[in-house]
Amino acid sequence: MSSADGVAAGPQPAPSARGGPGLRELAGSRGIVVIGGAGGVGKTTVAASFAAAVAATEPGRVLVLTIDPARRLATSLGVGELGNAETLVGPERWAEAGIRPRGELWAAMLDTRAAWDDLVRRHAPDAGTARAILANRLYANVTSRFAESHPYVASERLHELVEQGGYDLVVVDTPPSRQAIDVIDAPRRMREFFAGRLLRWLIAPATSRLVGLASRPFFVLADRVLGAQFLADVGAFFRLMSTMEDGFVSTADAVETMLRDEARFVVVTTPEPGPAREAATFAAALVERGHRLGAVVLNRAVPDWVTAEPTVHTGVLLATDAEGVAAQVAGAGAAVPAGPLGRVLAEVGRSHRLLLAAAERQDAVEGELAGAGAALVRLAIQPDELTDLGALVRAGRLLG
Amino acid sequence: MLGRRLLFVTGKGGVGKTAVAAALGLCAARAGRNVLVCAQDGRPDLGVAFGAGALGFEPVRVPLDERDAVAGGGLALMTMRTEESLREYVRIHLKIPLVTRLGPLARTLDFVADAAPGVKEILSVGKLAWEVREDHYDLVVVDAPACGDVVGYLDAPAAVEELVHVGMIRHQTEWIREVLVDPACSGVVVVSTPEEMPTTETLELLGALAARPSVPAAAVVANRVLPELFTRAERELFEGVRADAGSWDRLVAATGPGLDAAWRGAELAVALRRRASAHLARLRAGVGDLPVLYAPELDGGDTGLRRTDALATALGDELG
Repeated sequence: MSSADGVAAGPQPAPSARGGPGLRELAGSRGIVVIGGAGGVGKTTVAASFAAAVAATEPGRVLVLTIDPARRLATSLGVGELGNAETLVGPERWAEAGIRPRGELWAAMLDTRAAWDDLVRRHAPDAGTARAILANRLYANVTSRFAESHPYVASERLHELVEQGGYDLVVVDTPPSRQAIDVIDAPRRMREFFAGRLLRWLIAPATSRLVGLASRPFFVLADRVLGAQFLADVGAFFRLMSTMEDGFVSTADAVETMLRDEARFVVVTTPEPGPAREAATFAAALVERGHRLGAVVLNRAVPDWVTAEPTVHTGVLLATDAEGVAAQVAGAGAAVPAGPLGRVLAEVGRSHRLLLAAAERQDAVEGELAGAGAALVRLAIQPDELTDLGALVRAGRLLG
Repeated sequence: MLGRRLLFVTGKGGVGKTAVAAALGLCAARAGRNVLVCAQDGRPDLGVAFGAGALGFEPVRVPLDERDAVAGGGLALMTMRTEESLREYVRIHLKIPLVTRLGPLARTLDFVADAAPGVKEILSVGKLAWEVREDHYDLVVVDAPACGDVVGYLDAPAAVEELVHVGMIRHQTEWIREVLVDPACSGVVVVSTPEEMPTTETLELLGALAARPSVPAAAVVANRVLPELFTRAERELFEGVRADAGSWDRLVAATGPGLDAAWRGAELAVALRRRASAHLARLRAGVGDLPVLYAPELDGGDTGLRRTDALATALGDELG
């Protein structure tokens, strides 16, 4: 995600012709923005850019909650191995970037294990149960292996920060998951987990379980396959977990309500077909489930100047007749050898042809994404990696 | 590397690990080996890579081009489905006539597999190791979970041994582990791209694999490597022409006002290449003796089988 290029220094491409929805508008009234999309498209950088741009432009407290930032991005935000703690991006970092921010920018990393531990402490009926759960040998395994564990704990932490952090805007980057859609489904799955038949069976006393077995071939099978002892261990663990059911279920409800009613989603993709397909699917699922899609961000987009008519004219000439051009220029008295110049010009032409082909593919991708019905914002690919605060702010402003 | 029997292809999300798994499979099939490539549940990418439709648990044969058809060579594709893996396992190992009644319990199984650590993983790893042990294929290439999850996936037999003391699953772990830790048989292929996070995660994963008795690393694939545009002399000329007002003006006169933007496109390509080479250098320095295979950034216009074909050719050249 680090390698998200976004827009940084250098010649500033114009924002999308369709225009962004406006930073404030994008944030919505409750100021919750969830950044989603496939792996490797630059979600973390887009999240940081958006938060930094809002903090620079408007008064108020802005928090960016990132999942797994690249080292240099973490450094530029001033977060390192800080676990779940929120850190204020200090005045010296703003000074380095030559920006006087109107608001405050806070950053936090999500440490999923620590967040799970917090959840257990909060929802366990008493300190003894909490200790027993945290010390259970299945606990670490289970929390790290639930497919939905990371998306869930991220959205739960978001909810907590929104409720208690006193922020005007919270921007959250979503964790790696099998599918982007896991993020919005996580609260429902967590609820189903506690309501599930098997959990009931696992935590039932052994005697009643045996009675039920006769009619439930699957459980006979589970017993044969996994072994009674293991099932008993799992049962003991989930008996502990089930003491937290009320807390978990009500929180999952609140998280789901928050995501549906209050959060704005920003879906990030690159112009490649794979990530774009996942973005389109995710966007459609959001709309279908009644979530608000604030914008679709096309990261590492082909810059606008590639397709400008004069560029295309020159590019085609260089790609087709570099030698002729070189001979003409060298003959006109330029102090350059025609042969090497021809090769350089041919390479310039070839570079342009590749960019032009990429622009055509991007057009097709944009057509697919237009179906989402949200503003499409292009962040053009840049030569430099986007790491310092100034570059983040410049990129983030293009989102508005 | 393709002489092994079981290859797990992993990498950070978005680096093209499915494409590499597909290409390695095609490469080995061209070399006359009978290959199975297995995708993760629910991901359509592997089918797309061969222009095939949706894949199921039951392997489907991919017809090879005439030029690729070598005696003994063959390619089959499947996708992992935990429930069907359990169904097959039950049929083969338990001989319990419950099989038909498993269907409606898929969600419950999903639950128990999630709740019981390592079960889902061992049903996947175990199935693939079994295909190797039974000599159904010369080579099984697995499009494995991403970097962050692959260690847990490969360590599932050990985790199950630790947590489960009796039961049928427990009895299977020993031979599965033997298959996995044998460097002559199994290996992990880590796919990376010349970018910061993929490089960092690749090196971290190699460290994690080396630190435990797990599947040994077999190779790193540096994917999407950008070509060098210029020789050193050409590069100096490229920069010199831009800096010299006289040459530049003549060039603009010959090619039109779009030259500035066209030049900027090449500058962008040069800068991206330079940025990538710093990450490649870090990758090379970090991998030690492990072979690094370079795969070029492919023409974005190629899709499906053409793309897989191009990548397989590139990897084949690297493998020699």
